[in-house]
Amino acid sequence: MSKHMNLTLHVWRQKNAKCDGKFVEYPAANISPDMSFLEMLDVVNEGLIEKGEEPIEFDHDCREGICGTCSMVINGRPHGPRERTTTCQLHMRSFKDGDSITLEPWRAEGFPVLRDLTVDRSSFDRIIAAGGFITAPAGTPQDANALPIPKENADLSMDAAACIGCGACVAACPNASAMLFVSAKISHLGLLPQGQPERHIRVRDMIAQMDAEQFGTCTNHGECEAACPKGIKMENIARMNRDFIKASLTYRPATGGGGGVG
Amino acid sequence: MEFNARIPDGPIEKKWEKHKFEMKLVNPANKRKYRVIMVGSGLAGGAGAASLAELGYNVDCFCYQDSPRRAHSIAAQGGINAAKNYRNDGDSVFRLFYDTVKGGDFRAREANVYRLAEVSADIIDQCVANGVPFAREYGGLLDNRSFGGAQVSRTFYARGQTGQQLLIGAYQALERQVGLGTVTMHSRHEMLELIVVDGVAKGIVARDMVTGKIETHLADAVILATGGYGNVFYLSTNAMGCNGTAIWRAHKKGAAFGNPCFTQIHPTCIPVTGDHQSKLTLMSESLRNDGRVWVPKKKEDCAKHPKDIKEEDRDYYLERKYPSFGNLCPRDIASRAAKQVCDEGRGVGASGRGVYLDFSDAIQRLGKAKVEEKYGNLFEMYERITDDNPYEVPMRIYPAVHYTMGGLWVDYNLQSTIPGLFVGGEANFSDHGANRLGASALMQGLADGYFVLPATVSNYLAGIKPGTRPTADHPAVKEAEANVKARMEKLLSIKGTKSPTHFHRELGKIMWEYCGMARNEAGLKKALELIPKLREEFWKDVRVLGEGESLNQSLELAARVADFLELGELMCLDALQRRESCGGHFREEFQTEEGEALRDDENFCHVAVWEYKGEGQAPERHIEPLAFENVHLATRSYK
Repeated sequence: MSKHMNLTLHVWRQKNAKCDGKFVEYPAANISPDMSFLEMLDVVNEGLIEKGEEPIEFDHDCREGICGTCSMVINGRPHGPRERTTTCQLHMRSFKDGDSITLEPWRAEGFPVLRDLTVDRSSFDRIIAAGGFITAPAGTPQDANALPIPKENADLSMDAAACIGCGACVAACPNASAMLFVSAKISHLGLLPQGQPERHIRVRDMIAQMDAEQFGTCTNHGECEAACPKGIKMENIARMNRDFIKASLTYRPATGGGGGVG
Repeated sequence: MEFNARIPDGPIEKKWEKHKFEMKLVNPANKRKYRVIMVGSGLAGGAGAASLAELGYNVDCFCYQDSPRRAHSIAAQGGINAAKNYRNDGDSVFRLFYDTVKGGDFRAREANVYRLAEVSADIIDQCVANGVPFAREYGGLLDNRSFGGAQVSRTFYARGQTGQQLLIGAYQALERQVGLGTVTMHSRHEMLELIVVDGVAKGIVARDMVTGKIETHLADAVILATGGYGNVFYLSTNAMGCNGTAIWRAHKKGAAFGNPCFTQIHPTCIPVTGDHQSKLTLMSESLRNDGRVWVPKKKEDCAKHPKDIKEEDRDYYLERKYPSFGNLCPRDIASRAAKQVCDEGRGVGASGRGVYLDFSDAIQRLGKAKVEEKYGNLFEMYERITDDNPYEVPMRIYPAVHYTMGGLWVDYNLQSTIPGLFVGGEANFSDHGANRLGASALMQGLADGYFVLPATVSNYLAGIKPGTRPTADHPAVKEAEANVKARMEKLLSIKGTKSPTHFHRELGKIMWEYCGMARNEAGLKKALELIPKLREEFWKDVRVLGEGESLNQSLELAARVADFLELGELMCLDALQRRESCGGHFREEFQTEEGEALRDDENFCHVAVWEYKGEGQAPERHIEPLAFENVHLATRSYK
């Protein structure tokens, strides 16, 4: 068994969205390198409860790197030091005895802090609601194999669809831009034949909502790609920008639809 | 208590079609006058909420997560079954039905399982239409793989992230309805009580997990799609937030509980490393397609590096015991076999509770690149957690609690014993009997959500007048709300010495020890003594800090643990009274000479349907007899 560590945490504590927050120092003693980062926080929290202090609130759920709930900036990096790793999949063997660790929430206008390290990411849901879908109500669609999709496109679509919506891209971006997140959805759906009919309206509506949520715009820093735990590529942003230009040039207001028959 | 499974008559392959025609419809102009509550936003809940809204109903959808996209369906890795027979390998609706009934060890209701198999093909079509990027071949057609105990390739997949992709598909459909104003989404809300007015489900009491406000929501029908209760074991592959509160609250309001002891222990999870362990991570069962499971033949080899153990000193025990299914035998069997070899002292790893899952043959046969393409993300996840490289060293795996086949009892319409309360997905008991086959949970969630609930809930709504919801000042509504407030206040006022996690962990130890992979009468009786004691201690000594009216994760957990402390007892009671072994329920007293599960069809070919009788009263066990008219009762053999 490897040796246990003693660490010092500097944790952002903030009672609610209205209060000011501040950093508070906590020792994390006797930490096993086999613990996940969140298990280390569990241990710290159990200690706080024992002392009668309110535990640190942080978002987490699946703890297997897929739900996208966990979200914290560790020593200035969203999800911490390991590439392509969510906080819950980060293990304490990435740290060494005596380390100081600073923990902050995602910081962005579009993600208001709720308490301590938890933030409100419902802006992402509203962006999807604005157009991040294919209109295909449940019923009896055509056979799944009636529409062959080249493997290459399916794979590229899947690469983009791997986004877990955690928001690390926004937290990493100096402009708090959500363009990696939005473009991943644009690519996921826009690379598939099923996604073509709504391709242009989708990009227009999603970008309009993204702006309304106070996310900034992309100026090619590339921090998002570096922080993304799922390896979503910046080429998606380029694809989105192309689609957006095309959509803007070809936009026609809807000309009345149904009615008039029968 | 009266209950009726309401299985339509006629031949099994015509039941659903006939029933769909016989069910009543709601006039399109009237649909918007109805309000439906959906609790849960996973595959069953998300797809169900979206589909009901598409039909024209107003839907209020609740989830405890910060976004409906995070429901735990997302973590399913391997795939989803469908009887498409794209491989021409002999698959059919009947075969999927047959495999599921047999896989469930003849403890599921035939009619429900047949319907599941029947709609499975539509699910794939629906998902593709929604933009789910399933794996494809170079010709552009969908790829399939064989999965967990099936001899045909009927599993559709999206790398090792099938659950994620299916959930995102349902989530997008749901968000589309949110955008259209037909679904009101209540994220970070937890249902804490069911509102029953004159015996009919009419709403829920929920806590806003950000402000702590207790809210009442009223509706014409309530659907629970809140997942399973595996977290009663503390350590499981469930997400940290998964809980049994919604179904337990409904149970205490009169919804019967079906087969609570039927728990699935998944054979391929990463072993526990220490007391700090907060959850267990599953390694997809698809790995068993190419990985070979083994332990050393001799105890003294266990501490050696696996590469130093010669081929002839290795025991590929699944291949040895089950030559025709080998490493692909169903989950319950593979789990029990792993426990057996570890009990014999032949387990590997620091804890001695682990077996090897070895890919060296596959890497030699297919090449590293091909193995990486198939399982790359899983190998990466394994390496992150264990710091071992599975391309070089065999994985170490051990069984862990994964899924609960038991759940609220429902009839063919997925309606519980409370009229107006429907239950979908893992939260109900209906389709998997005593053991669920791999890649069938996603199938059931989406079958219920996209196809079954929209039809059966419509049929229910057609029978009640629109706009007959109770008002917020109805005594039953007031009472439900007051009870929730009192419970929250009680938890905060105890101010004891031990955290909610402490009690959760203690309960987990009892459940795993006495109601886990192997159960016996003495152990279950012991658990039935220990759990009430622990529960008593909890209500005297739990320490929940902070306030009710704020974001307070300790309070959330305490309320869930309080319910687990009751649900766990019912599970043990059910396990004690089912004096047979079947599927995931293995009673040590009932086994064959070779150590296989020994069913007792004469006395236990039924669903145990538990009725809540009130605080401090023993629950009553009823039975729903199961008839097997299409698949003949037989001993399951995978040899």
